[in-house]
Amino acid sequence: MKYVKSYVPYHSPFDPCPPIGKKYYRTPPHLYMTFQPYNLPQFSPQEALKKGTLWPALYDYYENPYDRRS
Amino acid sequence: MWIYEKKLQYPVKVSTCNPRLAKFLVEQYGGADGELAAALRYLNQRYTIPDKVIGLLTDIGTEEFAHLEMIATMIYKLTKDATPQQMRDAGLDAHYANHDSALFYHNADGVPFTAAYIQAKGDPIADLYEDIAAEEKARATYQWLIDMSDDPDLNDGLRFLREREIIHSLRFREAVEILKQERDQKVFF
Ligand SMILES: [Fe+2]
Repeated sequence: MKYVKSYVPYHSPFDPCPPIGKKYYRTPPHLYMTFQPYNLPQFSPQEALKKGTLWPALYDYYENPYDRRS
Repeated sequence: MWIYEKKLQYPVKVSTCNPRLAKFLVEQYGGADGELAAALRYLNQRYTIPDKVIGLLTDIGTEEFAHLEMIATMIYKLTKDATPQQMRDAGLDAHYANHDSALFYHNADGVPFTAAYIQAKGDPIADLYEDIAAEEKARATYQWLIDMSDDPDLNDGLRFLREREIIHSLRFREAVEILKQERDQKVFF
């Protein structure tokens, strides 16, 4: 996934919780665009209303990147 | 002037009775990076920004009110049938003591909304950079909310709102580029 970035925070042997492992952050598509070019391919109107954007190039589906721990 | 359409911008569905989620969601209602702050910030900045980007601030400011309405609906649905006992168990005891299940403009910690959350510097670049930062902060808040929620229908609505923040951020970045007035100039080396 191009727009999902991660790093591994330092975990000390004295930290109380097990390490989270990777810590995630996002760099969504608009960061790489600055000014949207003309004539980008478009979703159908119905699909665009559902997705929140008309342009696939700016669509960034989000999902919780962490494992469940209970 | 505004024209009101009696429907939500995106349908709000909540599939599980989990009033605890309402406690988190209120961050986007009356929090520093919430929809109320966003709407008031943009609609106020319109008066002291170059003409070319006034319309953008009107459009996005108006849309933020549509988002506010979606968040309100989510909170309302999550709390409307909750008993006092359930409110207490969900950590909404202090809220219930003050408001019953009425919505109120405060953040997830119960801190009431303040105009100090928003800025109007009068410098177009400073103001637009604040707007870009606000959009990224709202996007991040939606991510943390989705991370904590296991309600698929609620998350569907939150994903839509997050995607809109991405588009808003890009539009504000474009506004900065317009004000730089370099876009259509030929570059010579
Ligand atoms: Fe926004």
